[in-house]
Amino acid sequence: MLAITALALVRLRNLFAVAMLAGIYSLLSAGLFTTLDAVDVAFTEAAVGAGISTILVLGTLALVGHEQKKARRSSVIPLVVVVLTGSILVYGTLDMPPYGDPANPAHHHVAPHYLEESEHEIGIPNVVTSVLASYRGYDTLGETTVIFTAMVGVLLLMGGLRKRENSGETDAETRESEDASGSGPVPTHGGSGTDPPKADGKKTHGEGDAHGG
Amino acid sequence: MEDRLILRVGAKILIPFILMFALYVQFHGDYGPGGGFQAGLIFASAFILYALIFGLDTAKRVLPLGFVWFCGALGVWIFAGVGVVTLVMGGEFLNYDVLAHEPEHGQELGILLVELGVLTTVFGVMVAMFYAFAGRRQVR
Amino acid sequence: MNVMGLMNYWAFIFLMMVGFYILISQGNLVKKIVGLNVFQTSVFILYISMGKIRGGTAPILTEGDPIYSNPLPHVLILTAIVVGVATTALGLSLVVRIHEAYGTVEEDDIHDLDLAVAGGEDQSFPVSGMDARA
Repeated sequence: MLAITALALVRLRNLFAVAMLAGIYSLLSAGLFTTLDAVDVAFTEAAVGAGISTILVLGTLALVGHEQKKARRSSVIPLVVVVLTGSILVYGTLDMPPYGDPANPAHHHVAPHYLEESEHEIGIPNVVTSVLASYRGYDTLGETTVIFTAMVGVLLLMGGLRKRENSGETDAETRESEDASGSGPVPTHGGSGTDPPKADGKKTHGEGDAHGG
Repeated sequence: MEDRLILRVGAKILIPFILMFALYVQFHGDYGPGGGFQAGLIFASAFILYALIFGLDTAKRVLPLGFVWFCGALGVWIFAGVGVVTLVMGGEFLNYDVLAHEPEHGQELGILLVELGVLTTVFGVMVAMFYAFAGRRQVR
Repeated sequence: MNVMGLMNYWAFIFLMMVGFYILISQGNLVKKIVGLNVFQTSVFILYISMGKIRGGTAPILTEGDPIYSNPLPHVLILTAIVVGVATTALGLSLVVRIHEAYGTVEEDDIHDLDLAVAGGEDQSFPVSGMDARA
């Protein structure tokens, strides 16, 4: 199922259908994660892949158009590269430990400690949560910082520039304080109370800018 | 979509349940699948649904842009703050044992606070990204 | 027995290669990002399938003493998924900015526009702004 969906993704040229199929692909992989005992991961994948990612892709398509042009280049060279890489990887798997075997090396490092001791050390039943938040708290802190940084990046690329064009300012702090207070023209008005016509002129100018942006 | 009656009523019925489910996922994450990430995503999706149905401007009145940005930063601050508190109370960074008299209670409290930080950040970041992408269309 | 034990790796490789093919052969930038997501998901499947133990159950401690699957890959992938959506959003916002600067998201067209500017033709594409940003 996953493979069929992935292959359909290659062939489709209507990008709305691609976005929807990507959501279905994520949902199918969430089901696969559930059968592989990773319920937390399945939950997250369903919420992210079928929810937020699809909405973001659709939002992008609304901005950039949804028809893909036919590629001018031939697809033979990429195909050769992919088949070559794939066969090298398959050759590499011949030494890998078999699926589902309890004797695999991955199950004999720190995982037994987590499973046996976390009941006494942490005291909560969901081992994934205790490992995530306590044993590997640094990882999660770094990960939280990463998505915060991604938000800052997205806002700089998408949201911040609009206000910069409006106000003619380049300083990020000025923009934020303006946005937070939302009372840009008011201090100007109050401060120059002795000169009402000038203040009025400034205010209308600002409003005109806001409409123009 | 302002004139679609069924959508509007349906969304109004659904959104409180989505928010409740997010809180359930958050606080039941110790015992079943769930936790800060999932709860934050579900919480954010409730507000994204609201914005889709009732329009972006209405959503921005309910949930102002500055508040969303603040949430994104606040979560990281809570997370790192828990680490600093454990440092001050004599443990290592993010060692929750020292937060309460019993190490286990300290661990539970620490995990709860940290998950709360993750929830806040994920919620803020997802809604802020949605606002950024959806607000772009109105400008152009 | 040997071949059946490796099937999960081959499924992962197939999905990864499909994602890789989308990434290098398609000209549309949005589709490239979808391909990147397929690629990411295949890596998630690799990790999760390595954590599975036959006859195991989800790692939530219960009464009795069943076999639990390995919780460590789950934690790593949980982190990776959320970072993945963050990178996806960042990439999509870059696509939107590229569309505003060039008017297209097709790689070939962008390449042509760049060549036209480099060839000294006096066209005012706002490429300098993009460079300054980078």
